[in-house]
Amino acid sequence: MNELPSFDANLEQEFGLINPVMPYLRQDRIPHIWCPGCGIGTTVNCFARALTDSGMDLDKVAIVSGIGCTGRVAGYMNLDSFHTTHGRAIPFATGLKLANPGMKVVVYSGDGDLTAIGGNHFVHAARRNMDLMVVCVNNFTYGMTGGQVAPTTPVGPSQTTMPYGNFENPFNLPFLADACGAVYVARWTVYHVKQLAKALLEGLHKKGFVFIEAMSPCPTLYSRRNRLGDGVDQLKYYKEKSVIRNGADTKEVGIAYQGEIVVGKFVDRDRPTWLDSMNEHYGKVFGDRFTPYGVTDGQE
Amino acid sequence: MSEATPVKKGKGTVFVRMEICKGCSFCIDFCPTHCIEFSREFNAKGYHFPVLPRPEDCTGCDLCGLYCPDFAIYGVKFKDIEKRRQAAAPEPLVPAQP
Ligand SMILES: Cc1ncc(C[n+]2csc(CCOP(=O)(O)OP(=O)(O)O)c2C)c(N)n1
Ligand code: SF4
Ligand code: SF4
Ligand code: SF4
Ligand SMILES: [Mg+2]
Repeated sequence: MNELPSFDANLEQEFGLINPVMPYLRQDRIPHIWCPGCGIGTTVNCFARALTDSGMDLDKVAIVSGIGCTGRVAGYMNLDSFHTTHGRAIPFATGLKLANPGMKVVVYSGDGDLTAIGGNHFVHAARRNMDLMVVCVNNFTYGMTGGQVAPTTPVGPSQTTMPYGNFENPFNLPFLADACGAVYVARWTVYHVKQLAKALLEGLHKKGFVFIEAMSPCPTLYSRRNRLGDGVDQLKYYKEKSVIRNGADTKEVGIAYQGEIVVGKFVDRDRPTWLDSMNEHYGKVFGDRFTPYGVTDGQE
Repeated sequence: MSEATPVKKGKGTVFVRMEICKGCSFCIDFCPTHCIEFSREFNAKGYHFPVLPRPEDCTGCDLCGLYCPDFAIYGVKFKDIEKRRQAAAPEPLVPAQP
């Protein structure tokens, strides 16, 4: 039989114990609005752990989100944060980064925000190798607006705008990011908490366009609609059907409905960032008349 | 305010903020030692929350904390509490079970 745990409210206070994620949150906003079994909060734990492990000066880390359930992350994190308009997290973050080259700018948003309405910004920021870390919480749907089909929805499941099942070919996001020139591309699920935290840590230290896809359940609008159970059932699916394949060819990591999920670090390479290229180019064109801009990255 | 199981049986323990738990069971399903379970009681929102019926198996690894999407649970190793205790007060850390 289950018993209530013996109550000792003072133990935490007495020894200054605290949930390690708490210092990273605006605690007055907790409890958050995410549904029971939604995986977004789990990705936040991983991000908090990565920030701790990075030892970064948090005054030099900014987080930018678009609109969506995932977009709420910027509002819950106790960092300099910007909750921008739908799809525009990347252009906003680009401006922030270029005006403050010493800052580590993290874009944290949903699959719909980043790759549907924001898809154009995504491909061009990757092409330019803009020095941003982009974390995409992929729940295969537009959560916040009621479960419409997203560019990531696999062929098969029903969504409110595809009531008889989706027939559109989805994006394979790691392949998209890779093809556009991202220097770091990884995919993990919220089952892989430790690996996700490690990827986020590596991403924080990597210079250039970093893309990390975090597969996460939306029980309310994706799983239940398709009789896939609750959040925890999606985590069990991730556990069962994911295979770790570091260095996999990103062409081969597309996801079929409830099919195998290839996870791992797929791309880790170096390429001049947009600022590096600009400095080099104008250095050549103007010689001594040009002063390089933003060369020292405060977080390196 | 947290609930804790201060009975020092295993290598660690968990703290649960039962009032913000949403009963998703991530912590319960993915605890490596299966030492936590759902309570029979409900919290104010009507969710069952985790309790520690097998404290001897808890390692304080905080994997439950890393999984919990509601920031409602975390694990602590007794050796880490002990370190803090030695730095702070000399009294025994954990009262005997009533
Ligand atoms: C310009 C504009 N178009 C549409 C919307 C409605 N809208 C809000 S969030 C959203 C999609 C969110 O999906 P995603 O980015 O995947 O986030 P999730 O909620 O799944 O985390 C849409 C279409 C909006 N807010 N602004
Ligand atoms: S609607 Fe989906 S994505 Fe949004 S909070 Fe609920 S479960 Fe999470
Ligand atoms: S701290 Fe580790 S062993 Fe203890 S309940 Fe949490 S996951 Fe299980
Ligand atoms: S993971 Fe968190 S919200 Fe889910 S049951 Fe455990 S304590 Fe409650
Ligand atoms: Mg989404």
